[in-house]
Amino acid sequence: MKGLGTLTIAIFLSLLAAVVPTGAQTPSVESIQIGLSTDNVSITAGFSGADLTIFGSLENPDPLVARQGRYDVIVVLEGPPKPVVVRRKDRVLGVWVNLDSETFENVPVSYSVATTRPLQDITDPNSYRQLSLGSSNLYMQPADAGDSPATIEEFTAALRERKTATGLYSENVGGVQFLSQNLFRATVRLAPNVPVGTHKARAFLFKSGLFIKESSAQLEIRKSGFEQSIFRAAHDYSFLYGVFAVSLAMITGWLGRLVFRKD
Amino acid sequence: MGIYLPIAEISVNVFVLLAMGAAVGFLSGMFGVGGGFLITPLLIFYNIPPAIAVATGANQVIASSFSGALSHMKRGSLDFKLGGVLLTGGIVGSTGGIFVFAFLRRLGQLDLFISLSYVALLGTVGTIMLIESVSVLRATRSGAAPVLKKSGQHNWIHRLPLKMRFRASKLFVSIIPVLGLGASIGFLSSVTGVGGGFIMVPALIYLLKVPTNVVIGTSLFQIIFTSAFTTLVHATTNQTVDVMLAFLLMAGGVAGAQYGAKAGQKLRGEQLRALLALLVLAVAIRLAIDLFVTPPNLYSLSGAGLN
Repeated sequence: MKGLGTLTIAIFLSLLAAVVPTGAQTPSVESIQIGLSTDNVSITAGFSGADLTIFGSLENPDPLVARQGRYDVIVVLEGPPKPVVVRRKDRVLGVWVNLDSETFENVPVSYSVATTRPLQDITDPNSYRQLSLGSSNLYMQPADAGDSPATIEEFTAALRERKTATGLYSENVGGVQFLSQNLFRATVRLAPNVPVGTHKARAFLFKSGLFIKESSAQLEIRKSGFEQSIFRAAHDYSFLYGVFAVSLAMITGWLGRLVFRKD
Repeated sequence: MGIYLPIAEISVNVFVLLAMGAAVGFLSGMFGVGGGFLITPLLIFYNIPPAIAVATGANQVIASSFSGALSHMKRGSLDFKLGGVLLTGGIVGSTGGIFVFAFLRRLGQLDLFISLSYVALLGTVGTIMLIESVSVLRATRSGAAPVLKKSGQHNWIHRLPLKMRFRASKLFVSIIPVLGLGASIGFLSSVTGVGGGFIMVPALIYLLKVPTNVVIGTSLFQIIFTSAFTTLVHATTNQTVDVMLAFLLMAGGVAGAQYGAKAGQKLRGEQLRALLALLVLAVAIRLAIDLFVTPPNLYSLSGAGLN
């Protein structure tokens, strides 16, 4: 099993297309590509979070714009959407009890962003909202739309705050770096509690604050061999798993007596 | 050294878990209890989700009670018939407990319920044990002979119908209280992860008048099965048993238990009970504080399904 500091994912660069001008007269339209050489990442026993590196390329960049650094790239790694219940504790007779709750549907379990510059320097809040880009612009859909807007707003804010505090929603300003005019590298953080499942990597290209193009790729994050087998067994063969757990305990108890007994 | 727990889905330190298992094993060897009532709160303090702490605690209890019951079986201090009746009640109580557990989990009140039951249970048992052992200690110090409980005296329990003879325990008693005791301990076991030895032992001695020498063996025997059943049902309905976690705790536990048993032989019975009472109270107080102190985060997230 490989060590975990940095997981590097190389790419298929469509560099040829970028370097060799194809049709001399075609108007140059920039676009962006990311591609993953592996479509899965394994979480091993020692996993305590990691940086995931994604490489990508710009196609047909305008050399002048590139030199002036007016291209910006935002890369997002978004976890699988899941329903979430947010609960608020309140004091009842001095004891803190979960009282109010709000259920949201299709909340991305994780959301890691890497950018070339601070988000507010790249484009205006309106564009982010339109693209629903950035954790503060993700639309959290309440399961019960009948609740008062103030309540929904309060629980939405709490949901974002908890996700950020546990590292599941993160922002890495300066995490995207141009290695050359065409090539960039993005580093997104995987939290120690990163959820398993299908993650979606998306790259957004901006030119002088204007959104140009988006490209996406999929990435499967799963537990590695042993951990995965245990997890799958617990869910797919839960009865046999239970029998195994009980037998393991009995054997350990019996062995313990055999090894250490004093009577 | 970190290790990723496949079911709890977090990274933990292996040595912390081994040490935790060894410490609890030491205490359980010293006091002759399963240790489930210590393991589950400790796991919760270590940020293991309470649902997983409870189910895995039940799994860990099997190991310690199995090795204990083996020694008692060899010595003949185990009443299989009494254990069997207790067990029948235990299975019923445990099944009921599992449904309550899943229901509370859906409501989001499971953590609160677990903490409250622990505070109530440990607080009561700890206080009673402390009072009892301190009064014995005081009596022996003042030179007076300890007043023995009159055995053979019959209470209301012995007037109930459906009597059955338990030869190994030299007992002729109604099976209703036996089934009831088994059921309540089964219920506690599945909701809180405790084996229930620390309740079962006094109940068998004082309520049913079972001779002390067969009590521990019989209680351990029934706990093996109640915990095994609880583990099985948690595994199938809630998928909350983490074998990796359980194994680390057991490994530390079986080693620690032997040293604990040796240390326990050097202390007198009432001293041991006073110490155990203090320990039980300390856990109860620690859990109670958490209930009343303003939590750092008022908001919590959980999956909308069972997970």
